[in-house]
Amino acid sequence: MTVYAAPGTAGAIATYRERYDHWIGGEYVAPANGRYFENPSPINGRTFTEVARGDADDIEAALDAAHGAAPAWGRTSVTERALVLNRIADRMEEHLEELAVAETWENGKPVRETLAADLPLAIDHFRYFAGAIRAQEGSISEIDEDTIAYHFHEPLGVVGQIIPWNFPILMAVWKLAPALAAGNAVVLKPAEQTPASILYLMDLIGDLLPPGVVNVVNGFGVEAGKPLASSSRIRKIAFTGETTTGRLIMQYASQNIIPVTLELGGKSPNIFFSDVAAERDDFYDKALEGFTMFALNQGEVCTCPSRALIQSDIYGQFLSDAVARTEAIVQGNPLDTDTMIGAQASNDQLEKILSYIDIGKAEGAKVLTGGTRAELDGDLAGGYYVTPTIFEGKNSMRIFQEEIFGPVVAVTEFSDFDDAMKVANDTLYGLGAGVWTRSGQQAYRAGRTIEAGRVWTNCYHAYPAAAAFGGYKGSGVGRENHKMMLDHYQQTKNLLVSYSPQKLGFF
Amino acid sequence: MGAAAGAGPDGGAPARVAVTDAAAALLARLREQHGELMFHQSGGCCDGSSPMCYPAGELLTGDADVHLGDLELPGFTVPVWMSRAQFEYWKHTHLTIDVVPGRGAGFSVEAPEGVRFLIRSRLLTDEEWVALRR
Repeated sequence: MTVYAAPGTAGAIATYRERYDHWIGGEYVAPANGRYFENPSPINGRTFTEVARGDADDIEAALDAAHGAAPAWGRTSVTERALVLNRIADRMEEHLEELAVAETWENGKPVRETLAADLPLAIDHFRYFAGAIRAQEGSISEIDEDTIAYHFHEPLGVVGQIIPWNFPILMAVWKLAPALAAGNAVVLKPAEQTPASILYLMDLIGDLLPPGVVNVVNGFGVEAGKPLASSSRIRKIAFTGETTTGRLIMQYASQNIIPVTLELGGKSPNIFFSDVAAERDDFYDKALEGFTMFALNQGEVCTCPSRALIQSDIYGQFLSDAVARTEAIVQGNPLDTDTMIGAQASNDQLEKILSYIDIGKAEGAKVLTGGTRAELDGDLAGGYYVTPTIFEGKNSMRIFQEEIFGPVVAVTEFSDFDDAMKVANDTLYGLGAGVWTRSGQQAYRAGRTIEAGRVWTNCYHAYPAAAAFGGYKGSGVGRENHKMMLDHYQQTKNLLVSYSPQKLGFF
Repeated sequence: MGAAAGAGPDGGAPARVAVTDAAAALLARLREQHGELMFHQSGGCCDGSSPMCYPAGELLTGDADVHLGDLELPGFTVPVWMSRAQFEYWKHTHLTIDVVPGRGAGFSVEAPEGVRFLIRSRLLTDEEWVALRR
């Protein structure tokens, strides 16, 4: 067990600056309007740094820097770009523990997760795309003996990226790594709840990138996000968030005729077939952990397995074991490596979760465990904590249909395969899903029938860089991860070449 | 919670939406800065299920949306919208727009004030449900 000292206290391995300006053109630049906003840690609710409150002027300055850098960066050889990405990964690895503590302090998630997941995944993401870009090839089509179509991958130029607050560094890297590998320059706006950890990262890696290739502008959505998303000076916008803002971003993109990538969340079903309980073995234990994954990252994951569907004949026993497993979750100081669940990322998020617990009860769902705000003592008083909560109810209830984005799972039963598929697909969304069974045939059929972009089969919440991630239905447009992501940040140049000296004969 | 009731889209029917006094006072201030306003109820992750407040017309609404009603406030009205698909799952609930300290993401206009609009829900009563289905 290790308990890390809080940033800003004696013995801390991570220290935030007292104030952060924008990162533009490879240096810190004060906001044009001179304004800053306070940034509290959700662990204790107290402000630990202040951050530039950007607006349209700062976005323009960042776009100037990005446009200045994009042509040369786009012409840099893939060998060189891959080297830069690998150097970034190496630098992050050297500072992994420090970055993990910084990320936990800003977001509230347990440090065991940032140490074992957020940071290692982010590091690997840079390495994956460093490899992918070097292995990428264009193509040729031999139209006829004398005519050849060459296809080249070219970068888009300058792209905009708007980052969510649930995995501030990892989600930024999911967008940055493919964009940079493909040769684009980026203007990135972090979430206003978590504006600082990405700048903590820029402090460490900024010298590895040519100035202007990555620019970070903080601020509120309406003041800084909108001018970025609606700018005619970006060639693409990528956003992770929710549906109404996703629509607004598509609307702005339509005005500028640019592509979008949108990841807008889900209400992921986690399905447990009868044969899971055929034996009390390692697999049964793994399935119970799979159920409890709804509490990972305090449930603040777009793919949170927030609907658990359990087959009727094992329902009572499996659910009873699942409640016991959930009640064994250790809640406490997120900087303690023994802590399994930390703080919700913000006060408004806490309030929203509690409002969902209210409507769940009003609709007649039964609370099997949890269902309250957790009041922690001492240094953690004032933080935003919720006890892991299991509801039992029906799929038509609102707690089964909306991403609560908290440690709240809604459980129901199903009779057979068809019933499971019907309930699983009765949702507006289709981002993630889980299938648990000992039958390969059943697993395959379920995976192909569920309308979701990612079906974890006998596992959950794994995010390797080489597996495509994205939504069906209302969950969004496009994918992240996997080498196919390079296409999202490239355009195709076709040279159609005639090697024949003969005219066509039309004129 | 109490506070100003909203009107149903056709006036006579029971309201599907309402607003708390605190949220109403905030809307009056926001209107001075941004002009006429609108709400669109979001869904999905992060700040999904939060009501997004925009200058009127900022988000294009259309056949894919349902007009839930209008918040009738002193001297102005704020329409409340939701996507039609989402409404199918929400239609049995009454929504009250409240405000809490916080900082939502998205482009909702209240975020710079250090507060966030929040939906509080209750089930429609049997009488309201019957009247709304007529």
